[in-house]
Amino acid sequence: MINLVRNEMLKLLRKKRLYVIILIIAFLVPLFTYAQFKEIQEQREKLGNQDWRTVLQQEITDTQNRLSSSRIQDEWRKYLKIRLSQQQYYLENDIDPRAPGAPTFMRIFVENSIDLLLPLLVMVIVADLVSSEASGGTIKLLLTRPVKRWRILLSKYLAMLLSVSFIVLSVAVLSYGISGVVFGYGGWNMPLLTGFTVSGDELLTDHVHIVPQWQYILMEFGLVWYVCMIVGTLTFMLSVLLRSTAAVMGIMLASLIAGAILANMVASWESAKYFFMVNLNLTNYVSGMATPIEGMSLGFSMSVLAVWGIAGFIIAFVTFSKRDIY
Amino acid sequence: MSQVPALEVDNLTKKIKGKQIIKGVSFTLVPGEVFGFLGPNGAGKTTTIRMIVGLISPTSGTIKIGGKNVRTEFTEAMRHLGCIVENPELYPYLTGWENLEHFAKMDRSIPRSRLDEVVTLVGLTNRIHDRVSTYSLGMRQRLGIAQALLGKPKVLILDEPTNGLDPAGIREMREFIRQLAREENLSVLVSSHLLSEIQLMCDRVAIISKGAVLRTDSVQNLLAEQERVIWKAEPLPLAKQLLSEETDVTEGADGTLITLYNEPLLPDWNAKLVKRGVRVKEMRTQLPSLEDLFLEVTGGESID
Repeated sequence: MINLVRNEMLKLLRKKRLYVIILIIAFLVPLFTYAQFKEIQEQREKLGNQDWRTVLQQEITDTQNRLSSSRIQDEWRKYLKIRLSQQQYYLENDIDPRAPGAPTFMRIFVENSIDLLLPLLVMVIVADLVSSEASGGTIKLLLTRPVKRWRILLSKYLAMLLSVSFIVLSVAVLSYGISGVVFGYGGWNMPLLTGFTVSGDELLTDHVHIVPQWQYILMEFGLVWYVCMIVGTLTFMLSVLLRSTAAVMGIMLASLIAGAILANMVASWESAKYFFMVNLNLTNYVSGMATPIEGMSLGFSMSVLAVWGIAGFIIAFVTFSKRDIY
Repeated sequence: MSQVPALEVDNLTKKIKGKQIIKGVSFTLVPGEVFGFLGPNGAGKTTTIRMIVGLISPTSGTIKIGGKNVRTEFTEAMRHLGCIVENPELYPYLTGWENLEHFAKMDRSIPRSRLDEVVTLVGLTNRIHDRVSTYSLGMRQRLGIAQALLGKPKVLILDEPTNGLDPAGIREMREFIRQLAREENLSVLVSSHLLSEIQLMCDRVAIISKGAVLRTDSVQNLLAEQERVIWKAEPLPLAKQLLSEETDVTEGADGTLITLYNEPLLPDWNAKLVKRGVRVKEMRTQLPSLEDLFLEVTGGESID
């Protein structure tokens, strides 16, 4: 089995997909670092010598003003209320939520890329893992070896696991390494709040506690890895089912983007919460953001994703071992 | 024929969406023979071959490679098999050597030294470390054969092995296949729609059409049945008239007469002609081409 996985990794490396992924990340991170840097600079300019507490206070007042407007939608009002109580909590406990530093950048970067950017990168690697063998005809040579079909597919699945882990790891390393040049490498121990739970339109702070940033980041990366694995498994399934890599990419892309759109407009369609793509934003549960649909929780989203992932895995293996290859 | 057959196909059928594609195909290959699988496109050659190599599961029937059932003892059966199904599609972004290494790693029983052996055998030593995307079709074909020979198989299956090769390449391939069968005691199953190829390469032939085997026999036997005699005689009309009293006569293109070959009666026919003053200038036997035979067996079904 190790030999089979090695074969798959060799093919992946030779196709140069992983390099492309690293290049994309290495190109995007400086871009975002610069954007973040500009934003902080502009804020500083605006504030002059103002203390961040004053700014936070101002933000709170701002949110309150927006809340008092009668023209805003219910959903938005709910979110603002939650945000408001969160900001007040920060202020009362003397925590600067925007203190810059490479770890903070890293955290913000993964929080924002978990539902679209990272799944896209995963998709680029996984989409042609099986379909390229089918369209290139090499599957005929692969499956006429004295190796059972499920073992061949498993070796591909393991190669997928490895490369997805590699992507997550390189996002971590690159975002830390590159942004640190601008923001400095400190800030691992900055206290952050977690444990917010949302119930109705209330932000429950019963279980809120402080964790050092490194723990928080570790938690988030765990979730990011989990999401990438599920997206990888589903792409893998499509790659088994379809001969055309373009079709695999198309379907995955459509569902991921649909997820991003749906998340903004499905509040009243409750059963939409069983779609995998509405459940990708796992890090929101850690930072305490509102869920797109009521009744969603970290446990719920993870279970929904797990069910999709297991189903995809089973479908992939059953079809692959039974299918006639023409 | 007392040997254990290298490949045994028994009453193989395949139904796709209610349509019977393969209708009970049976044949056996003995060690060291080159077996031709001849049929027009769409006759079911490739489907049958794909069932033998385990890419398609048959609806019914059994396939045994070296005595191992492909369905129940897949791994053991595959160990005895090397194949190229249709084109030799290898990984273009890997070098020839890496391709071989890749496939060698999938079977633990293949020692590293075997790689050098097969590379030398197919004569690719100079270019083996170049990327496959830079190879010519002939080189890909050879690399394909190298990968098929990696596991020292008992049965080699080549689907259209001379497709896309130039005449020199075809000739080389033919000699190579014959040499493998002779020297390594390999059974080779070759499918082709090129009759001349099969005729020159194979010991035995199965003619397949519309999913069924119409005839299986040695090339000699098949052809001998249809052996003819070509007559050159003067005057032609008289000769024709005399011969037609004895047997069927057709007139050849260049002033010849063609009759069936009938060994015991032939001298009598000749004597009769001579007695009546016909000058017989030439009498020779001619084997028909497999093509004639094929058209006769399949009832003139088109072949390209």
